[in-house]
Amino acid sequence: MDEIRGLVVTEEGLVEQDLMRDTLTKEMWVNMGPQHPSTHGVLRVVLALEGERIVDTEIYIGYLHRGFEKFAESKTYPQFLPITDRLDYISAHAMNYGYVLAVEKLMGIEVPLRAKYIRTLMAELTRISSHLLWLATHALDIGAMTVFLYCFREREMILDLFEMVCGARLTTSYFRIGGVANDLPDGFIEKCREFCNIFPQKAKDYDDLILKNRIWLARTINVANISGEEGLNLGLSGPSIRGSGVKWDIRVSEPYGVYDKVEWEMAVEDGCDVYARYLVRLKEMRESCKICQQCLDFLEKDDSGEFRAKVPKVIKPPEGEAYACVEAPKGELGFYIVSDGSTKPYRLKIRAPSFANLMSLPKMVEGALVADVIAAIGSIDVVLGEVDR
Amino acid sequence: MLLEIGIALLKIIVVFALALLTVAYLTYIERKVIGHMQVRMGPMRVGPHGLLQPIADGLKLFMKEDIVPYEAYRFTFYFAPILTLVTALILFAVIPFDKHFAITRLNIGVMYILSIASVGVLGILLAGWASGSKYPILGGLRSAAQMLSYEIFLGFSIIGALMISGSLDLVKIVESQHVWNIVYQPVAFVIYIIAALGEINRVPFDLPEAETELVAGFHTEYSGMKFAYFFLAEYANMIIVCSMATILFLGGWRGPVLPGFVWFLIKLFALIYFFIWVRATFPRYRYDQFMKIGWKIMLPIVLANIVVTGVVMMMVQGG
Repeated sequence: MDEIRGLVVTEEGLVEQDLMRDTLTKEMWVNMGPQHPSTHGVLRVVLALEGERIVDTEIYIGYLHRGFEKFAESKTYPQFLPITDRLDYISAHAMNYGYVLAVEKLMGIEVPLRAKYIRTLMAELTRISSHLLWLATHALDIGAMTVFLYCFREREMILDLFEMVCGARLTTSYFRIGGVANDLPDGFIEKCREFCNIFPQKAKDYDDLILKNRIWLARTINVANISGEEGLNLGLSGPSIRGSGVKWDIRVSEPYGVYDKVEWEMAVEDGCDVYARYLVRLKEMRESCKICQQCLDFLEKDDSGEFRAKVPKVIKPPEGEAYACVEAPKGELGFYIVSDGSTKPYRLKIRAPSFANLMSLPKMVEGALVADVIAAIGSIDVVLGEVDR
Repeated sequence: MLLEIGIALLKIIVVFALALLTVAYLTYIERKVIGHMQVRMGPMRVGPHGLLQPIADGLKLFMKEDIVPYEAYRFTFYFAPILTLVTALILFAVIPFDKHFAITRLNIGVMYILSIASVGVLGILLAGWASGSKYPILGGLRSAAQMLSYEIFLGFSIIGALMISGSLDLVKIVESQHVWNIVYQPVAFVIYIIAALGEINRVPFDLPEAETELVAGFHTEYSGMKFAYFFLAEYANMIIVCSMATILFLGGWRGPVLPGFVWFLIKLFALIYFFIWVRATFPRYRYDQFMKIGWKIMLPIVLANIVVTGVVMMMVQGG
């Protein structure tokens, strides 16, 4: 509390002294999470508040820790694949993708073109579904309830598509080392095409509700700012850093799959705030839709049926190490595998985007209000399964 | 004498029974309307089209365990929901649903409503403070600031209508509206609706109970019937502010052909529908932005509105 000097009547007459001398103001520590409606899982943020203003933020994680990295050391390479689904459980395909890329790099497997197209298609559908879930919950956090249900309506269609290809809707485990589990089923391409055609129209519904909504703008513009440089220093990646004007997308800088064969644009915004990150993800959804269309074009014509490369029955990579990364919906997802030549990884390290992104939260909410924390958590789109691993 | 008391009692019973029933079914209507706006069905399981849902909800809340937090101030903790509900319900006493149908006719009906409504705010304040827990305190603080300031705009926004009607008697106000007041006072009507949304804590101004920020705000620690009291009070207040808008700006029960109370209900439910619609559409304002809108934008506008109304009235009557 600042000093406020004034005259006070005391026993010695009128004396000038600090009026706030006997006033005790304490900051209040508030526990936000792990059971809080909008921390998206079991994130625990402890806030020091002065009124509603935030003086200090501390993040506590680990409530969902399952020891995946150690777990990997006692599983064979194919056995660990389903575990990766449980990292970012709302974008399982992308998690699979990162892992199989690392193993393939280790073993030097060349994946057939058809498999690459299928993988890219799945990864992009995953991106749309992940961003839809993000938009739904982010809007709900800020109070726009209807967007939530509109987004789930479209996400449902994507999950139906996933169910068609592999029977599972969430933890899909569709990818295999060297390709994918099976070829696309009959009727999938038509159904997927249908989705890609109507999605842009449906996405207009979300824009109608919030894109130019004054309240939405007031809640998101100039909120939770982070500059591109600060973001890079803190390891921010994915759509969150592209909202700060940094042109960094693994799909462009280190193309994998068929990202160098399809035409699409990287979404970048200069706003550095919650609104910019919102715009980036909105654009990404539409771009993903375009990529899906092009993948479908190829898959329609292609009749090679080669959905998996010839890989040995027992996966036994040579001694060595490999790092492969993909642009997961949340950011850069990397798998670093050290192999000792046996059927199990010697060490496996996961570079989880949500974990790194979360670390920039305290920076974003410095001096902000309680309501801004919610907007900030929403805007960096964390999934706790990935943070805690 | 006895007959008069009997009639008065009958009126009270009818109005309160209807009010409570409407309040209970308002939750159903809200869930249904929002449900259909959000491509889902709303309650469907209890009774045909979920019609018995409010009763099931009531029973469930009634049978819940009554939890009082260890740190709570016991008496105040029990007292706050009762205060909130009672103040919300006794407001129905002066609402004229028809020319001859109101429990009582006060010549200062508007004053009565404004003053009782501000006592209701106390209930929320006390609830936040008495819970002895952090999120309710934040919710209570927010509602203190919000409801106190928004009552000012609410009060100012109806002054224009009162000047034209020249009375504080709700019946006279309606009778004086040969043309609905909304025609003369469009700005005041809009401000009234915004202030009313703030006053009864509804989206986009539902800050005291912003569930994604403050868990449930002032009623975080409340469960069972005590929670139900807050819930009922909230919806009762919604009916009250909509009735006030109907009486002050939309000509109350006046309308052709149909009987008076039907017109009243039509107007009332049109407004309530609007409130629900707003909830389905808008995000939530931030606390500081909300206060800024109130003091920096709405207050000057309502004051200007009063001045303009006065000047125009002087010119019309003088000429």
